[in-house]
Amino acid sequence: MQDVKEFRPTIVAFCCNWCSYAGADLAGSSRLGYPADVKIIRVPCSCRVNPLFILRAFQRGADGVIMAGCHPGDCHYTSGNYFARRRMTLLFSMLDYLGIERERTRVEWISAAEGAKFAKTMNEFVATVTALGENKRLEDLRCKK
Amino acid sequence: MQEMMVKRAVELLENGTVDRVLGWTTGEFAYDMTPAVFRSADDLKNGFVYNDFCAANLSKYLIKECVAGGKILVFLKPCDTYSFNQLIAEHRIKREMIYVIGIACEGKADIDKLKDMGIDGITGITAKDGVYTVATIYGDATVKATDAMAERCLSCKSKKHMAYDELIGEDGDVVADCGRFDMVEKLEAMTPDERYEFWRGELSRCIRCNACRNVCPACSCEKCIFDNPGSGVSQKAAVNSFEENMFHIIRAFHVAGRCTDCGECTRVCPQNIPLHLLNRKFIKDINAFWGEYQAGENPDAKPPLGRYEKGDREPGEFGGVQA
Repeated sequence: MQDVKEFRPTIVAFCCNWCSYAGADLAGSSRLGYPADVKIIRVPCSCRVNPLFILRAFQRGADGVIMAGCHPGDCHYTSGNYFARRRMTLLFSMLDYLGIERERTRVEWISAAEGAKFAKTMNEFVATVTALGENKRLEDLRCKK
Repeated sequence: MQEMMVKRAVELLENGTVDRVLGWTTGEFAYDMTPAVFRSADDLKNGFVYNDFCAANLSKYLIKECVAGGKILVFLKPCDTYSFNQLIAEHRIKREMIYVIGIACEGKADIDKLKDMGIDGITGITAKDGVYTVATIYGDATVKATDAMAERCLSCKSKKHMAYDELIGEDGDVVADCGRFDMVEKLEAMTPDERYEFWRGELSRCIRCNACRNVCPACSCEKCIFDNPGSGVSQKAAVNSFEENMFHIIRAFHVAGRCTDCGECTRVCPQNIPLHLLNRKFIKDINAFWGEYQAGENPDAKPPLGRYEKGDREPGEFGGVQA
């Protein structure tokens, strides 16, 4: 009998300090479950997410990357998420153009009060990426440990 | 054309308007026209060349020349003037240090296309009425210009100069229906798997010579991520996979919204990778998402990634799935 290892994806979630990271906290303190495959990286603002961070995550073996920030209009720094939104729109469109499955990238606006939305989003995203399987199209053997 | 350019350059040198001239000279081969700086009338008369192989965009060389000081005369084709404006917008060159002579352009020859036609031993080229007469050591060959023209010239977006102090030849118009996005649309219509295979085939040929970066007028940072060994993307991939795509995504994104679509990246690529298709995708997206924008058209325009609208579309509509 061959031992078949169940595939667990690696998901990187960039969460803004003021909304989505607090949303993740609320999900935790409300005891709402979401898979442990999601690795949260706290950033001061969604605008801090350099498009290179997304590529870097994929390069180092992430199977899906999600960026979560304050709702448009609610940015702690007034306008950061508006700029981030433009950047990610362009980057994700380019990844799609190169044939990288568009389901591996996602942007979600989650406020500090939306613990339930955080858990729901992460559950959905992990399920989508698990169904897609391992990230082969953006992996980089130079960076794999 | 060449005589008129030399004559005017000599005049401007001698009356002291400029102290040197940025133009083209013959490089290693007769078809290999390389940018050069001329400092005297003799230099110009002996070395200066302008013909249908002079494809190089001279605007990037102005960055270095501006650091050196003095006043520089430069010859710019219509597409080069977009890069020129963009460099001014980014404060990389100083307008008052440069004297621009705009030159009319009917499109430049692609040496690879000529070679594919079996034309070897090239010693010169002349164009007249849409026909190239290519001089070779075996005698002259005539080719229809549109058969041997570079792709970027066949889909030329503008024959109008965006900036100049004086003109040699007539100023043209912006070409509204240039069809430069045709191939991008074709790719967009494919399935993701087909697109992936297409790009794998193209980008895996990349040898990471960095020529596209070095020639690009928009890639003018003094410190570059690709020179940083800690970036993980500074060297050639060691295995035969699709790792080179990382380099090209990053490079295209760094010039997104600033690329004027001058097509130099594709011209210099020794592996003939159609790099302009990446840049044109970004230009097409920017036009579709946030309104028409041509980098370099107006040096005072705000770049598309440096401004926003409250009602901008969500990334999910084009990238990930949105709940």
